Amino acid sequence: MKKSDKKGIFLSVLSVIAFLGIWYLCTKVLKLVPENTLPDPVKVFSTFVDKFTNPNPDGGTLLQHMGASLQVALTGYIMAIVIGIPLGILMAWNKYVDRFVRPIFDLIKPIPGVAWIPLMIVIFGIGLQSKAAVVFFSAVVPCILNSYTGIRQTKEVHLWVARTFGGTRNQMLFKIAIPTALPYIMTGTRIALGAAWVAIVAAELLGSTRGLGFMIQQARGIYRTDIIIVGMLAIGICGAFLTAVLGIIERIVVKGRKSND
Amino acid sequence: MEQDRNLDIILKCENVSKKFQTKHRTKEVIGNINLEVRKNEFVVLFGPGQCGKTTMLNILSGLEKTTTGKVFLNDREVVEPGPDRGVVFQSISLYPWLTVMGNVEYGPKVRGINKKVRKEKAEYYIELVGLKGFENSYPNQISGGMKQRVGIARAYCNEPDVLFMDEPFSALDAQTRYLMQEEIMRIWEKEKRTVIFVTNNIEEALYLADRIILFTNCPTQIKKEYVIDLPRPRDYTSDDFLKLREEITENMAHTL
Ligand SMILES: Nc1ncnc2c1ncn2[C@@H]1O[C@H](COP(=O)(O)OP(=O)(O)OP(=O)(O)O)[C@@H](O)[C@H]1O
Ligand SMILES: [Mg+2]
Repeated sequence: MKKSDKKGIFLSVLSVIAFLGIWYLCTKVLKLVPENTLPDPVKVFSTFVDKFTNPNPDGGTLLQHMGASLQVALTGYIMAIVIGIPLGILMAWNKYVDRFVRPIFDLIKPIPGVAWIPLMIVIFGIGLQSKAAVVFFSAVVPCILNSYTGIRQTKEVHLWVARTFGGTRNQMLFKIAIPTALPYIMTGTRIALGAAWVAIVAAELLGSTRGLGFMIQQARGIYRTDIIIVGMLAIGICGAFLTAVLGIIERIVVKGRKSND
Repeated sequence: MEQDRNLDIILKCENVSKKFQTKHRTKEVIGNINLEVRKNEFVVLFGPGQCGKTTMLNILSGLEKTTTGKVFLNDREVVEPGPDRGVVFQSISLYPWLTVMGNVEYGPKVRGINKKVRKEKAEYYIELVGLKGFENSYPNQISGGMKQRVGIARAYCNEPDVLFMDEPFSALDAQTRYLMQEEIMRIWEKEKRTVIFVTNNIEEALYLADRIILFTNCPTQIKKEYVIDLPRPRDYTSDDFLKLREEITENMAHTL
C-alpha cells in the first residue's frame, strides 16, 4: 500500500471517530439536548442491533422492512430500465419514434417522481403497485434521457467505417451506436437508482404498511428518535450497497473507456 | 522496370464533379476530374488545405455521391461503399470499446468470415504493422501513431482491392510521421495493393508516390501529374528529390 493511501485511510477513520465523539460529547456528557430528542450513539447502536430481532413497535424487524423496501424499489427500477433504455435508444435512432413519444415524454419529464404519489395511492391503494409505479416514474426519466443522449454521441466516422465494411443499419445500431451509448446508459441507470431510492422512501413515508419509510414514520409517532436514526442508517447502507453492485456491473460492461468520457 | 508494372486499370473516374447544396447556397467543391489508376499503383492526391481532397476520396470510396460523372472500380460502377475498398480515415476512427484485435477483425467479421480464419488474418496484419503483443489493448491504452497503425491493419485485414488513406499521419508528430512513412512503404512493398493516399505535405508525397496528382484550389481540378520514378527507399536529401520538391512547390504556389 502506498504511503498516501495510508494517510487517506487514516483521515477517513479520524473523521468518523471525531463525528461520533462530538455526538457522544453533546448528548451523553454535556447533555445539550434531552435524550429522547437526540439519543447518544451507543443507544442508537444498541437499538440497531436490537431491531434485527425485535418487531416492536412497528410490527417488523429491520431486515423485514429492508426487504420490503428493496422489493418495491427494485420492481419499479427494473421496469424503468426494461422500458426506459430501449425507448431512449429507439427515440434517438428513429425520428418517427422520437416524434411520437416526445410530446408525452416532455410533459412527464419535469414532474418530480414524488408528485406521482397521491395519484398512484388513489388509483392503486397503498400496496406494492402504487409505490412501484412511483419508483418507475422517478427512474424511467433518467433511463430514457441518458440512453437518448448516448446514442446521439455516435461518431459519424464510426458509421462510415461500418459502411465501408458493408455493415447493415441494424449492425450499425447494435455494433456501433449502442456500444457508443453504453457508458451513458450506465450513468443513467446509476442516476435512476438514486431517484428510485428517494422515491420509495418518500412513498413509504406518505402511505404504507411496511418498509423502512413506514418504520421511520411509526417511530416518529411515538417519539422513538433512536429508531428514526436506525431507519435512516439502513436507508443509507442499502443505497450504498446497491450503488456498489451497479459499479461492479458497470466495470464489467463498459470496456476501454471511463464510464463518463 | 516498365515490364513488371502491371498496366491494368483498376480504378477509373470520368468527368466527376461535386456540388454541396446547403440551405442558402451551393458550393462547388470538385470541378471536373478524370483519373485512371493502375493496379498496385501508389497514387498521392496532393493539394492545398480545404480544396476537396477528402470529398474526392469519399466519392472514390462510395461514401459520397457524385453530382455528375461516374467512378468505376474493376469496371463496375461505384454507387455505395463496399468491402473491395478500404479506408483509413483522417481522424482517429477506431472503436474505443473494442481491443486492437477486435478492431482489426471487424471487417471480416461483418462479412461473416469464420472466427478462426479471421483471427489468423488479423494476427498477420497486426504483426505486419508492428503491433504484435498489443492485440488485447484498448485504443485508449496506445499512442496516436499506434492507433493509426491499427487503422491501417484494419483496412488491410479486409483485403480490399483499393486502399484509400486520408492524411493518416497528419495528427502525428514529425518524428513519428517519418517513421510511419517508412512503415507504409515497407507494408506496401510486402503486401502489394493499390493505394490512393491524400496529403498536403510535399515531402510525404514525394517519399511515397509512384505518381502525384496535384490539385488546384476549390473547385478543385487536376492541375498537373508527376510520375515519380526515383528509386526506393527514397532519400529526402538527394538532389533529384529536392529538385522535384522545388518544382512541385513552385507549381502549387501558383495555384494559390
Ligand atoms: N457535407 C458537406 N456539405 C457542405 N460542404 C462541404 C461538405 N463536405 C465538405 N464541404 C466543403 O467542401 C470543401 C472541401 O472539403 P474537404 O474536406 O473535401 O477538403 P480537404 O481538402 O479534405 O480539406 P483538409 O485539407 O482540411 O482535409 C470545404 O470547403 C468544405 O467546407
Ligand atoms: Mg480532408
